[in-house]
Amino acid sequence: MNARLSAAIGLVAVLLATAVQLQAVRERWYPPGDEDETALYLQSGLTVRRMSGAYTPLAADLYWIRAIQYYGGTKRRLNSASGPMPSVPPPPASLAAVGDDYSLLYPLLDITTTLDPRFNIAYRFGAIFLAEPYPGGSGRPDLAVALLEKGLRERPDKWEYLEDIGFVHYWYTHDYLAASEWFQKAADVPGAPWWLRSLAATTRAKGGDRESSRLMWEAIRQTTEVEYLRNDAERRLAQLRALDDIDALQRAVDAAKARSADLPLDWAALVRARVLRTVPADPSGVPYELSSEGRVTLARSSPLLPLPVEPPAR
Amino acid sequence: MKATAAIAVNVFRESVRDKVLYNLVLFAILLIGASLLIGQLTAGQDVKIIKDLGLSATSLFGLFIAVFIGIGLVSKEVERRSIYSLLAKPIRRSQLVVGKYIGLALTLAVNIAVMAVALYAVLAYMRWGVPEAVVRAWDAPPLDPALLVAIGLILVELMLVTAIAIFFSTFSTPILSAALTFALFVVGHFSADLRNFEAAVESPMAGRIARALYWVLPNLAQFDVKADVVHGRPVPLGYVALALAYAATYIALLLSISVTVFSRRDFK
Repeated sequence: MNARLSAAIGLVAVLLATAVQLQAVRERWYPPGDEDETALYLQSGLTVRRMSGAYTPLAADLYWIRAIQYYGGTKRRLNSASGPMPSVPPPPASLAAVGDDYSLLYPLLDITTTLDPRFNIAYRFGAIFLAEPYPGGSGRPDLAVALLEKGLRERPDKWEYLEDIGFVHYWYTHDYLAASEWFQKAADVPGAPWWLRSLAATTRAKGGDRESSRLMWEAIRQTTEVEYLRNDAERRLAQLRALDDIDALQRAVDAAKARSADLPLDWAALVRARVLRTVPADPSGVPYELSSEGRVTLARSSPLLPLPVEPPAR
Repeated sequence: MKATAAIAVNVFRESVRDKVLYNLVLFAILLIGASLLIGQLTAGQDVKIIKDLGLSATSLFGLFIAVFIGIGLVSKEVERRSIYSLLAKPIRRSQLVVGKYIGLALTLAVNIAVMAVALYAVLAYMRWGVPEAVVRAWDAPPLDPALLVAIGLILVELMLVTAIAIFFSTFSTPILSAALTFALFVVGHFSADLRNFEAAVESPMAGRIARALYWVLPNLAQFDVKADVVHGRPVPLGYVALALAYAATYIALLLSISVTVFSRRDFK
């Protein structure tokens, strides 16, 4: 390497380092604001489709990635702003009940699926993002159903979309009759798994009780090949186990309180009194909370929050 | 025939000398980088996204090669005045145009073949270690041979675009040729809109003109089967055969006009 080339490389390195330093100083003195993700310049999927021409599938992928980033970013921002998730989920969503934090989520998913009408995961994951109660999702089960119905118009033979609409009714709007009807429709599609038929019947008979929920999520866990959906099913099953634990612990605490009114209400005291063998933890490993009034709940830091709403006992 | 082949080989060598094949390195970096990053950016459908990206990049890189080299094939010879020494040799002008076309088509074919190998290699890497049950749930297998249909039709489309670029370059400046070729590429992908224009406008005359343009302008949308292949939808053999026949006819048409225009040009 001759001297002139070495000098040129050295100069380039110095200039680049200077540029990096200047940028770092500028950002320290004038911190950049949070990136505003609230702009969606092109609202129409058909317009984007026209503009992307031969590269429409790639445009669909980009919009899908943007939808994922938007959902994840908004959820993280809301969680960090509001602290841990509420222990009780909000009631089924209505337009007035949710904020506009996720306002771009449906348009992004709509554009994605207009650009690529067979984008399977965009319908299935998108419906979960839309249906999840605020602030974990946009709290819009109505839009989740609309998205899945759009997928069904493209692929009427896709029993998974019918099943997913059933889940939205079951889990988020708690309309068990509608859920049962959608499960039945899914079961009627050739090639659908056998358990959908029994799920439809159980939902119709015992809609929303813990056992039928467990049956549903266990079936999904065992049969789905999509990792995200399997993880989601495992989380739901863990929530149901937590509900069982809370019921059992509550009974034990109530019985101990009835036996000895002086007993201090904390886990350590209950362990010392041999009511419990150890401080109980939920399926995620976070210890349960025991209030001074003797009420057992999940800890506010538990990733299993919010627990599902259960229908009143029949 | 021998002269045409010699010109074609020369164009290929020149493109290698011009470092056109460097785009393959960029393509490989893009695909490998995307395959490593995509799992962090999205949730599922990584293989679909890599297929979309690979096919789109193949088409886009090929388009730039076809247009920017295609427009210079003839005009550069005129600009450099090397056309005089070429025409002084015992070759016909038609041989020059056709030889240049075949040379660039060869360059594109080599490029696209290497890109296809790179795409399959990345897909094989992404397939590795994924349970069979998960793979079965995907719309199409990762190493789907049907991808070759999409890649083949991309090559055919680019060969048609090359013919368009050469056609414009026989009578126009390089910048105008590039603009017109890109314009025809865009219009060629909007053929369905031209066909249905009558339904969107009130003027029957405008509708008729749009329909005439639909039949006359090159229909490039028919070569785009990327979405079908990625979702595992079959592309009928008859469809592919008709698209190939259409491309061959249109290329012959454009080269005939190019040869005629070039033969009548006066280089004094």
